[in-house]
Amino acid sequence: MGLVRFVVQALRCALSGGIAYRLWLAFLVALAAWGGLAYVDQIRHGLIATNMRDQVSWAFYIGNFTFLVGVAAAAIILIIPAYVYDWKPIKEVAILGEILALSALVMCMLFVFVDLGRPDRFWHLLPGLGTLNWPMSLLAWDVLALNGYFVLNLVIVGYLLFCSYNRRPYNKHFVVPLILISIPAAISIHTVTAFIYNGMAARPFWNASILAPRFLASAMCSGPAILLILFQLLQRTTRFEIKDEALWKIAEIMAYAMFVNLFLLGAEVFKEVYSSTEHIVHFNYLFFGLGEHGALVKYGWTSVLCSLSAFLLFIVPATRRHPVTLNLGCLLIYIGVYIEKGMGLVIPGLTPDALGEIYEYAPTLTEVRIGVACFSVGFLVYTVLTKIAVAISLGDLTRDTVPGLAPAGQAPKPVTADA
Amino acid sequence: MSDVVKHGRDSTSADVGQGMPRREFFRAAAGTAAALLLCGCDKDAINAYLQKRFQELSPDEVKAVLARLERKYKAKFGKDVTVSAKPARGGVLFGYGLDLSRCIGCRRCVYACVKENNLSRQPQTHWIRVLEQEKAKGVDLEDANPYYDPETVPRDGYFYIPVACQQCRRPPCTKACPVKATWTEPDGIVVIDYDWCIGCRCCMAACPYGARHFNWGEPTLPPEDVNPSMHYLGNRPRPRGVVEKCTFCIQRTRDGRYPACVEICPVGARKFGNLLDPQSEIRLIMEQKRVFVLKSELKTEPKFYYFYSL
Repeated sequence: MGLVRFVVQALRCALSGGIAYRLWLAFLVALAAWGGLAYVDQIRHGLIATNMRDQVSWAFYIGNFTFLVGVAAAAIILIIPAYVYDWKPIKEVAILGEILALSALVMCMLFVFVDLGRPDRFWHLLPGLGTLNWPMSLLAWDVLALNGYFVLNLVIVGYLLFCSYNRRPYNKHFVVPLILISIPAAISIHTVTAFIYNGMAARPFWNASILAPRFLASAMCSGPAILLILFQLLQRTTRFEIKDEALWKIAEIMAYAMFVNLFLLGAEVFKEVYSSTEHIVHFNYLFFGLGEHGALVKYGWTSVLCSLSAFLLFIVPATRRHPVTLNLGCLLIYIGVYIEKGMGLVIPGLTPDALGEIYEYAPTLTEVRIGVACFSVGFLVYTVLTKIAVAISLGDLTRDTVPGLAPAGQAPKPVTADA
Repeated sequence: MSDVVKHGRDSTSADVGQGMPRREFFRAAAGTAAALLLCGCDKDAINAYLQKRFQELSPDEVKAVLARLERKYKAKFGKDVTVSAKPARGGVLFGYGLDLSRCIGCRRCVYACVKENNLSRQPQTHWIRVLEQEKAKGVDLEDANPYYDPETVPRDGYFYIPVACQQCRRPPCTKACPVKATWTEPDGIVVIDYDWCIGCRCCMAACPYGARHFNWGEPTLPPEDVNPSMHYLGNRPRPRGVVEKCTFCIQRTRDGRYPACVEICPVGARKFGNLLDPQSEIRLIMEQKRVFVLKSELKTEPKFYYFYSL
């Protein structure tokens, strides 16, 4: 009974709000519908509605999926300082990182789903119902890892909020171990995703041992970049307390992660350029183009330059503390990693193809619209869950809340696991 | 209240626990749900949706599936077809030989394959890709041209490398498939269950030979061009959204015939036979010529051998 009431009240809370909030929700729903219609079109005609072909058989959707797995994994950049090092300022906002992980996972699953040639046979992947080629297939591993991580985060977030809503302390012995498990789980989802590519000897661009470490390093930048911007929004629009110190600490961790990422990129570039075997053709396609085929060159350099300048902005304390340069850095990191771990990873891996043919891929409007829809749903999930989490943390939403009445004036009490 | 709940739970658990295994129960539940969704559709459509993986079908279920497919293709193309599921013969491991010194790049094999295997005419799917290669460079796929179009072949200074599924002994594609929709048959043919494939295309990314092809759009096949002699794992018409590839003409070779590409080749560049039979032509070639495989460094161990006879 209590749980049903909790869910109903939470949903009611999520759907009410100021005019700006409701406009934002309506905007996301409209975008999702716009993209949803494109998906109807793709269902009707098949994946020929995309620009993927036999040569480049994975592209925009799988690129976005890969990037978003990184975002989901990045929640641990809040959890490690909060729970392993018991650092208070971040502990207060750690739940928002877990909500980001949930939303990113929703988007990951949507992107894989829209990429399937036979979405109607999705059940073939479900354990118990279909046949999972485990342990041989890395995609089978990924199905298990992503769903496991999703359930883990759902339980943690749901449990913490439910306890706080009932104004009772949560059971530390239950939730802290789960939070600690979520650290290796986060690392494993991104590692397994990297291994999908890494294991393919047919594609030298991916078949490098450095791939999984690079995935992790770049994930530790991109996820927090989104969080930093969201935290500042919450600082302005709610009474939810987020200390500037927390933001600066996150930016500092991101600087180190970006250093590792750039160092690993350098190591990879050295090996390819100095040995200059046939494998370098994929790097050349990304950074210099092959003959008249140079669609990716501008993106390749944009990514490197964005990542490099963001690193410089975040390594200098003065610039990572200034709001303007902090946000600029976040934007640069987002662009840099979105390209690097998205299409900058997938497309050069498949171009030229296994028999040396070059097919230049660029997404169709249908693909972009469907991508927009997946992102809109993810943002919708994030918005709604954050709204609920903030209301509960501030004491605006408890089991005593009478619908329609102004919130009682309790002191704000953020959700943390240190009661 | 609690009595009702308890009673309800008891009766369900009895049904589920003793009546059928969990997996069957889920299937039945999914079946009911699907039936409700598809109540407009006929029984065949529902059965097709709920069909199990080919390797898990009982002999009776295979018969029912084949009969259903024959009905379906007859309705679609307006002529009688046979869909067989003839299994591999014991003591047979198929192997292929391709004589690079004889191939003239005429692509007759490509089109014989299209006809034999009911390949989609629009969008065009080819299981064989013939690469034109400069003689001065030797086998160097990075410089190969699949779109050569001179007045006559062979062009001076060039030679030709036809590539199709290499039927690897250690196939990276079957390993990558998340749902076991593709596997190696006992006679060495790597096959796909088109009715189980989910279209994720992991196998295509994993294949080092570009041998796997996806049905991006609805495959089309003029009824008059349909080859009515079909195999479940081979040349039956594929649906949209699944992967397909060369099967060594499984519908012919399991009946003791040559693949269509071997039969059509005007210069006798294509050889085929049983690798386990020391008297076979393919074994003779391996004995008397020197064979090589594409991308041997990847250790895929193809059963598709290239050689130079001249």
